[in-house]
Amino acid sequence: MSLVTATVKRDLLLAARNPGEWLNPLMFFLMVAALFPLAVDPDPKFLSKIAGGVIWVAALLSTLLSLDALYKADVEDGSLEQWLASGESLYAMSLGKALVHWCISGLPLTIMAPVLGLMLSLPQDAYAALLLSLLVGTPVLSLLGAVGAALTAGVRSGGLLLSLLILPLYIPVLIFAASAVYHAGIGMDYNGQIGFLGALLALAACLTPFASAAALKLNLSR
Amino acid sequence: MWQWLKQLYHRLGSPKWFYEITEKWIPWLAVLSALGCVAGLVLGLAYAPADYLQGNSFRIIYIHVPAAILAQSAFMMMAVAGAVYLIWKMKMAAWVAKVVAPIGASFCLIALFTGAIWGKPTWGTWWVWDARLTSMLLLLFLYFGVIALQQAMDSEESGYKAGAILALVGLVNIPIIKYSVEWWNTLHQPATLKLTEKPSMHPDMLIPLLIMIVTTYLFFALLVILRTRNEILWHERKRQWVKEILEN
Repeated sequence: MSLVTATVKRDLLLAARNPGEWLNPLMFFLMVAALFPLAVDPDPKFLSKIAGGVIWVAALLSTLLSLDALYKADVEDGSLEQWLASGESLYAMSLGKALVHWCISGLPLTIMAPVLGLMLSLPQDAYAALLLSLLVGTPVLSLLGAVGAALTAGVRSGGLLLSLLILPLYIPVLIFAASAVYHAGIGMDYNGQIGFLGALLALAACLTPFASAAALKLNLSR
Repeated sequence: MWQWLKQLYHRLGSPKWFYEITEKWIPWLAVLSALGCVAGLVLGLAYAPADYLQGNSFRIIYIHVPAAILAQSAFMMMAVAGAVYLIWKMKMAAWVAKVVAPIGASFCLIALFTGAIWGKPTWGTWWVWDARLTSMLLLLFLYFGVIALQQAMDSEESGYKAGAILALVGLVNIPIIKYSVEWWNTLHQPATLKLTEKPSMHPDMLIPLLIMIVTTYLFFALLVILRTRNEILWHERKRQWVKEILEN
């Protein structure tokens, strides 16, 4: 078994045995979305207009929450050094870590999202678009976020810094995804937006591991 | 030509050579950018005709457009310098990338600020969520991220490296952000100057603008050189040649 699959398995096992790791961001996702009707307007007509955007903003924020821990333990307990010493490609390792992150943050979010859609009176026609956009869009969030996590892994109170670095990079995903949900809600075609998200995913999957790998090496020179 | 460029590049890696050669450039850059600023502003503010639609308020273009162009160029320069540092471990490149970041962020702020002032009489509001304003704002956030990351690291060197990686990721993202935001919403007038098209402006308005753009580049070069020289003095303070300079 290669080091990458072993690490992915270990991390998933760790997440399964320590449910707080993925449950807490999920709760946060629910709570943030619940704030909007309270703060803005609980009128279903109004809510149905903003539901897609609110769900996506909440998903984005809760993704950020779980990113901070992605490489922290590996840097602290020396696993990172072992990866480098093993000669295994850091590119593959970064991809694997991003996959783990998506499994514990993006995937639960996607499964949970329809419930939020109900609470925020998302239009009937928009559910498919919401699920599809989350399914294609959240891996991009994990991949981009993994770069930030690798950069800030060795920094004290890196969580806040991480959000500062990564949020601007998330904007394109947010724009296309929220627009897909909105357009589906008013009965329009949303293939274009999903297509763009797919393109972003392909691009991020190819390029971000390079940056992650470079950033991981940085943690060793310290 | 290629040989000469290669030589220049290798020399630029030497802090001492850079320090000595820029000593001669500074007066030229200072005088040229001061003259250009006076000429451009006088021509632009006093002699250029008023816009038939926007009246005199369009004249802020002579600050706004150069600042906006510089803010984008500076990010590119920062990323390229960062890449040079990551690949060839050239210390000079790291210092340049470090000093360019706050300068670029300042130009970005100037562009946003003058844009708001321009927007008030033209669109009737200080801020709109228009594509070009928004992408400029995001560029400012990217600058803040790079600066914050450079400063957050324990060692200076890893700060440079982390900043360089982030700047490169940002550089790839800038066009994506730009087009996604443009696609999302557009109210801003299309770019005044395009390299590929004949300018739509009257020459009397255009020439001062071109002067101002060139001048701003010169001024930017001056700022970068001055600040890089400071970095050189600080980092090489234990070297003999720096001690000799400081003693005189």
